[in-house]
Amino acid sequence: MLNPSSVFQIPYPLPLDSGQALDGAQIAYQTYGTLAPDGSNAVLVCHALTGDQYLASAHPITGKPGWWERMVGPGKPIDTNRHFVICANVIGSCMGSTGPSSIAPDGQPYAMRFPVITIRDMVRGLVALLDGLGIDQLHAVVGGSMGGMQALSLAANWPARAARVLVLASTARHSAQNIAFHEVGRQAIMADPAWAGGDYYASEARPDNGLAVARMAAHITYLSEAGLTEKFGRRLQDREAKGFGFDAEFQVESYLRYQGSGFTRRFDANSYLYITRAMDYFDLAEEHGGKLANAFAGTQARFCLISFDTDWLYPTAESRHIVHALNAAGAKVSFVELSAAHGHDSFLLPHDQCDRVVKGFIE
Amino acid sequence: MTLRPDLAAIAAHVAPGSRVLDIGCGDGALMAELESVSGCDARGMELDGALVERCVSRGLSVVQGDANVDLAEYPDKAFDYAILSQTLQTATRPDLILDELLRVGRRAFVSFPNFAHWRTRAALMFGGRMPVTRALPVSWYETQNIHHVTVEDFRDLARKKGARIERAWFFANESEIGAPAANWRAEFAVFELSR
Repeated sequence: MLNPSSVFQIPYPLPLDSGQALDGAQIAYQTYGTLAPDGSNAVLVCHALTGDQYLASAHPITGKPGWWERMVGPGKPIDTNRHFVICANVIGSCMGSTGPSSIAPDGQPYAMRFPVITIRDMVRGLVALLDGLGIDQLHAVVGGSMGGMQALSLAANWPARAARVLVLASTARHSAQNIAFHEVGRQAIMADPAWAGGDYYASEARPDNGLAVARMAAHITYLSEAGLTEKFGRRLQDREAKGFGFDAEFQVESYLRYQGSGFTRRFDANSYLYITRAMDYFDLAEEHGGKLANAFAGTQARFCLISFDTDWLYPTAESRHIVHALNAAGAKVSFVELSAAHGHDSFLLPHDQCDRVVKGFIE
Repeated sequence: MTLRPDLAAIAAHVAPGSRVLDIGCGDGALMAELESVSGCDARGMELDGALVERCVSRGLSVVQGDANVDLAEYPDKAFDYAILSQTLQTATRPDLILDELLRVGRRAFVSFPNFAHWRTRAALMFGGRMPVTRALPVSWYETQNIHHVTVEDFRDLARKKGARIERAWFFANESEIGAPAANWRAEFAVFELSR
């Protein structure tokens, strides 16, 4: 296997927002660069919904480059020659950290017996890892999309743990529309007979069809209409004329089916249920008496928020909402809306201006 | 780096260690000066994303925002100084912006090009056209200056708003001039206000 991940065993039952605790949980992670003797150069990068710890190194299943190699590496905006960069698989996921596909103490996979977790629970796991690595204060915590939610949650709940907080294309709460799209995905998985109430780990059949449909629906929300039009238009796939049938005749259909089936090779359907649920539960203001500014009261960290003008999943207004709360809390905050063609996914794609802002803020 | 004369006047009169909000901070030249020389805690607001990017990449805390709407989110007296340099005349409602400045800051600095400078008067009087001068170099149809203002107009507005003029500085030919006949002689003015 390429790039075997390090695994950290959390030495205590991890308390969860639900009131339950996760016993014997482990966190799989990757690091890049070297930790300074005084521990002052650590940068934690938090991954998005279907991301993982393979931030800047090849993915062991797909063989593809790390998901943010353009941003993290020697001489890159997050420079591993200077910084010790950590990326850990969140609990609930399926790339080595404890999740529904992990084996419970009774020797069987948790499946749907896995406790429902929250973004803050994921961050509890990350904080346990930082403790294990002996890192008291991060130079920066960085995240896009769900990674941004984790960065915000760390800043709000463990304010001394990060000196800088960089949030890209994210939000402080899931909107009704966000929840609605996730529910479509969950229902697609649960409607697949192979899902079998979540107990599919021992069987030949996997709920791949349901998971693929969930991914297809979600993938649309990561793109922009203009981006889809530019990439596919109404062009047909491998044919000259309409076939009067239901094959993937349009290029965009073929693309979505490819995205959906590729996803099932590397992701667990139950993890998808749990992580989307955690995102839907996320409302940082609600955790802090209903007022977002309270979440950041007294913070000494510097914040930087970046949004993209074509992102309709977590639009600029959501970032502005966070900026206003940070201003009200007297925090040091920077914010810029960048122009990009490709919607929510823009934070993962090449963007010179974004690189310069990230580099300037992290240094 | 040399600051524009109005910014240099402001920088010289902000008390060291203050909390400052620079509205329309541009590339952050004044903020950088205030942080490095005066040890201030400076925050900025700027509409132009490219300028915000330059500020953030030089380590300044700047928010992309519109002073006409986004000032409302700051608490009362959150800053020792609120600064509005060469931006008042571009505001949708300069009077409301002035209210906001004096709400979020204990004191405010406001700088603007003086529309009653003799060159401007002469251009209008003898040319019969909207003035295009050194201080106001852009034609009427593409200028961002939608509310031209004079030194005397500003004094009137301050009075109407119950703001006290603590100090004022006037500039022509890139250097400071005295207060006498400033409404004729000044290309730019800087006012320090309190309420």
